Amino acid sequence: MGTAAIEVRGLWKIFGPKADRIIGSPDADLEPAELRAKTGCTAAVRDVGFEVRPGEVFVVMGLSGSGKSTLVRCLTRLIEPTAGELRIDGQDVRAMSAKQLRELRRHRVSMVFQHFGLLPHRRVVDNVGYGLEIQGVGRSERNEKARRILSLVGLEGHEESYPEQLSGGMQQRVGLARALAVDPEVLLFDEPFSALDPLIRRDMQAEVIRLHREVGKTMVFITHDLSEALKLGERIAIMRAGAIVQVGTPEELVGAPADDYVADFVRDVPRAQVLSLRWICRAPEPGEPLDGPELPADTVIHDAVPYAMASDRPIRVVADGELVGVVSRVDILGAVRPGDGPLVGAAPAGAPGEA
Amino acid sequence: MVSAPVQAAPPVRAPAPVRRLPRWVAPVAGVVAVVALYVAFRGRAVLPHDDDATLFHWLNDARDWVDANRNSSPIFIYVVNYIRLGAAELFTLIQSALTALGWPGLVGLAAGLGWLAGGWRIALVSLAGFAGVGVLGFWEASVETLALTLSAVLLSLLFGIPLGVWAGRSPRVRRIVTPVLDVMQIMPTFSYLSPMVLLFLIGPASATIATMIYAMPPAIRITSLAIQRVPAVTVEASESLGATGGQTLRKVRLPLALNTIMLGVNQTIAAALAMVPLTALIAAPGLGEDLIRALARVNVGAALVPGVAIVLLAIVLDRVTRAAAQRRGGGNRARAVRWGGFAVLTAAGIALTPVMAQEFPEQWQVQIVRPINDVVDWIETHWYVFTGFLNDTVAYGLLNPLQNVLTSAPWWLITAAVLVFAWRLSGPAAGLVAAGCLLGVAALGLWAHSMETLTMVLVGSLITIAAGLALGVAAARSRWFAAVLRPLLDAAQTMPSFSYLLPAVALFGNGRFTAIMASFIYAVPVVARLVEDGLRAVPGTVMEAARSAGSTDRQLLWKVQLPMARGSLLLAANQGIVMTLAMVVIGALVGAGALGYDVVAGFAQQEDYGKGLAAGVALVLLGVMLDRITQGANGRRSPHKKRNA
Repeated sequence: MGTAAIEVRGLWKIFGPKADRIIGSPDADLEPAELRAKTGCTAAVRDVGFEVRPGEVFVVMGLSGSGKSTLVRCLTRLIEPTAGELRIDGQDVRAMSAKQLRELRRHRVSMVFQHFGLLPHRRVVDNVGYGLEIQGVGRSERNEKARRILSLVGLEGHEESYPEQLSGGMQQRVGLARALAVDPEVLLFDEPFSALDPLIRRDMQAEVIRLHREVGKTMVFITHDLSEALKLGERIAIMRAGAIVQVGTPEELVGAPADDYVADFVRDVPRAQVLSLRWICRAPEPGEPLDGPELPADTVIHDAVPYAMASDRPIRVVADGELVGVVSRVDILGAVRPGDGPLVGAAPAGAPGEA
Repeated sequence: MVSAPVQAAPPVRAPAPVRRLPRWVAPVAGVVAVVALYVAFRGRAVLPHDDDATLFHWLNDARDWVDANRNSSPIFIYVVNYIRLGAAELFTLIQSALTALGWPGLVGLAAGLGWLAGGWRIALVSLAGFAGVGVLGFWEASVETLALTLSAVLLSLLFGIPLGVWAGRSPRVRRIVTPVLDVMQIMPTFSYLSPMVLLFLIGPASATIATMIYAMPPAIRITSLAIQRVPAVTVEASESLGATGGQTLRKVRLPLALNTIMLGVNQTIAAALAMVPLTALIAAPGLGEDLIRALARVNVGAALVPGVAIVLLAIVLDRVTRAAAQRRGGGNRARAVRWGGFAVLTAAGIALTPVMAQEFPEQWQVQIVRPINDVVDWIETHWYVFTGFLNDTVAYGLLNPLQNVLTSAPWWLITAAVLVFAWRLSGPAAGLVAAGCLLGVAALGLWAHSMETLTMVLVGSLITIAAGLALGVAAARSRWFAAVLRPLLDAAQTMPSFSYLLPAVALFGNGRFTAIMASFIYAVPVVARLVEDGLRAVPGTVMEAARSAGSTDRQLLWKVQLPMARGSLLLAANQGIVMTLAMVVIGALVGAGALGYDVVAGFAQQEDYGKGLAAGVALVLLGVMLDRITQGANGRRSPHKKRNA
């Protein structure tokens, strides 16, 4: 696919002496702890590959120390990758000169940080205009642009404040505005809301969803919070010990976890709110009435509950005008029930060929 | 669910079958051995002082060669002489600028800068301080001292800040710079003077450069620290937006480090003011000239007045730069008020200059030399019983016996004792360096004088550390005592070092004991503060746990606080000793003799130059030795820690 906004293949980052010699050697397959004991090197990113489509919100999720923050920094070479292929909009990032790389950071990819990274000695408006200032944009133009972006993120009236006068959530809005001010194609978020209170975090998540709808940027979002990942991500990559364990839609992760690690992660997710009927429908049993309500296959189970309540007939699940199966009240109750009992199907019925 | 294994603790070890010797046996055996060897070899292998050591003559010859080739050797014509001319030019430029302002202009400018840095309070301090200098009758000399200080500080910052930025950015540079700075800060002020004279002759140029070198370490160190402390995420954010290295330095690192760097400027100025008066020994103009002349004649009153003038300058410069370091950015209106006030005050001063006389008006000056001398005379006659008793007790009870031992012991015995002691306390590397330094001192032909200096340092440190420990413990245990002590200690730390000689001279006249008392007043605040901070740093939870186990206050102090504060206590000892050395050397100005006197004599007499230069080197060696002996303590430079880092 040449149309990917970001394309990563075989990416490695190993910290430590003679890191480049490890790749390709048998040591590369060691667990991080063993590798550190043997060579003194730390493998933060191990053979990672994924693609992000233009306009997609791609979430990388993992526990602390899983390498996700290193990974996102490798994308614009804030941390120099040790090996691998890295393309943004088809251009080879690793082959870029220092100047080309600066141009990439100035105009095309910008980043929002967990601890904001605001300049305490500058007013909000000057913080937001910082990226433009670096590009050499004149003061009046960048102030005008900064003010417009500030109103977009809901901070009008705070232009003249200093960062320390704002709350954490507002400071992160400034960080967001600073990243947006240069009008980039790609936004990178490194755990942007982890340092915020739960309520403010929820507001900010809504803000990102809204902004994504309004400005439609490609976003790579790093988080350690599964509910945040499920809420924001169109696709989610789960990282463990530097490697990606599984990439998929929230539905795929919850419905068909690739291994025990992912399964453990998604165990407490209310599946009825993530999975669609496709995951629980089954072939009608002989003699089952087929005149119940009809619902599309991608209806979330949770949303099918009122229909099941209204009729005691099994729901007919339809995709592309064809019947793919039926779902009875018992099936729905089984999916709503908490716990980790097996789902009806190991794979979704009538799923599109490509995951 | 995997539960943690409970039986992970190692089994209790059976008591060792062989009884080990108690811990005190080795040290006691060491002391006994040293005493026995001393008694057996006393008076043998001693190194008596020889004014005509070959090395001194050789150094004199080197000096003569330099003098002869000063205007022909390319390295002098193209490098050294230009540096000298540049420094002299800078001094002259600043001095004439300050003089051209006239005294009202300068007072106005000082008040304006005070206003700019910290509002009306600091403006008032500046105004009073500068006017006070005039009132004391030392306006002209003060301007010279100020010019010398400013030139040296300007040069220190010019080289120190970029070097500090570089060191802050590059761990490799830091690894090279840090040990050099460590040694520079141990070096007593006097050691800087002789080599400067050799290269740059006597006079303000030499004084400026010596002061610059002395004052630069804090600028480098604090700038480096400030740059390192800039939050990595802020730098990263700037880089992620495509800033070049230069842009990030100018727009992120330097602005964020600015307040801390101002603290470095503050420390640099303090160091420069401690040094500048002493450069009068190499014919620099200013207050130091009056001060040292008066000290030489034991005219306390005449020494105290210029001394107070220097202290006033020090206070003003300290308060202004400290306020500037603490300043937080305000809004536009605050900025306008600040700059407006600055402009008004400065303009008012300058406007008054043509109106007022060029000289500070005589009718405003007060003559306090005579009254001070009367007081000193009164103290001498009425307190003699007390001061004489103290003096004699220390001299006959501590100084003389110790000096007898050190000068009559064989040199190899002292070296061996230092080696073993330093080895035990701070590790093999420290032991070898310390012993090496001592051998260096012997090779310089200054063994006897070094032992005299060492005697004063040991006695002075003993008194200082004992008192500092007591004060620090008291301050850590009593809030009100700390509240009384803190401001006193703060004030004491802003004073230039030699100013401590003055009260000591007033009380005790000339001599070794005066030097020891001066070093006591100089070093006690630092020791007390480090002890207090160390004790206070003991975590509250640990204290709470010990208290809940039923410890008495005394048990808390001896079993919890003091052991846990070991690092700070040993650091306090280290600092106390190094500061005592610095002060005891300056004590040569008030008749303490020994190495310090050799240095001073080297400036006064042509034929003693070689000995003076060698004495300067011997002081550095002594300083490094004393520092290494106590460094194990010091945590930050411990060889054991470095290996882990």
